[in-house]
Amino acid sequence: MRHILPGLLVGLLFGAGLALSGMIDPARVLGFLDVGGAWDPTLALVLGGALLPSALSYAFVRRMKRPVMADEFCIPQNRIVESRLLVGSSLFGVGWGLVGLCPGPAIAGLVLGKWQSWLFVAAMIGGMWLQRFFADRGHRRTPQFAG
Amino acid sequence: MTFTAVLSALAGGLLIGSAAGLLLILSGRIAGVSGMVARAVGIADNGPPWLQAVSFVIGLQGGALMVAVATGAPAVTITSSVPLLAGAGLLVGFGTRLGNGCTSGHGVCGLARLSPRSIAATVAFMSAGIVTVYLARHLIGVD
Repeated sequence: MRHILPGLLVGLLFGAGLALSGMIDPARVLGFLDVGGAWDPTLALVLGGALLPSALSYAFVRRMKRPVMADEFCIPQNRIVESRLLVGSSLFGVGWGLVGLCPGPAIAGLVLGKWQSWLFVAAMIGGMWLQRFFADRGHRRTPQFAG
Repeated sequence: MTFTAVLSALAGGLLIGSAAGLLLILSGRIAGVSGMVARAVGIADNGPPWLQAVSFVIGLQGGALMVAVATGAPAVTITSSVPLLAGAGLLVGFGTRLGNGCTSGHGVCGLARLSPRSIAATVAFMSAGIVTVYLARHLIGVD
């Protein structure tokens, strides 16, 4: 229960937020990315609105010894900007710009029953699998040192 | 944009950010959708507990459904080009795993704690998205 309850509750709020904000509509997202056309600033307002409670929560948990329903905080501590991060994020950005969907709105939008959303999500999971496949293969090629 | 559109954008954003904050306080984790999805379908071995990832993915759809039922299904305009949907999906899936995050993990959670990696990632995917839309709409004429 301590995993299911927060997952479900947070998912519900997140999905409701995506639908309420209009970000579930790829045309709105493309309108934001289209700075050379009729620019739609909605996404900036959504991100701005999201950053406030998100930042406050980081300030708040600084005083907590452990999370309410888990043993420890798992916040990424890596601060190194490497090429893998930039290449991956740029590839993601190209896909995002082609159709106007990123993972959150794509998954939330599945409930609207459009075949396009289902095809996109299937391809997205395929892309995730491909990345894992290449990562595993690359890992096997590198010499392994024990100890 | 209308006043209602501004209000619903801000309210939706506050909900998204509160959701991310709640996961941090309850479970001590980042609400990154790409990581949750990869974990839920068994592609990622690390990250959140599997049950949490699955319930998050189900909840994401439940929340959108609740809003759709309450306010009427939102207008959604999405391309019907199969190659475009498949290619974009592949790029989004591959790219978010290689770059360790998407708009939620890097954009909402990472920017909020001023993570240098997330700032760099957000600049990278925003720029790539803007260039892609510019090329597609204004130079090539695809829409």
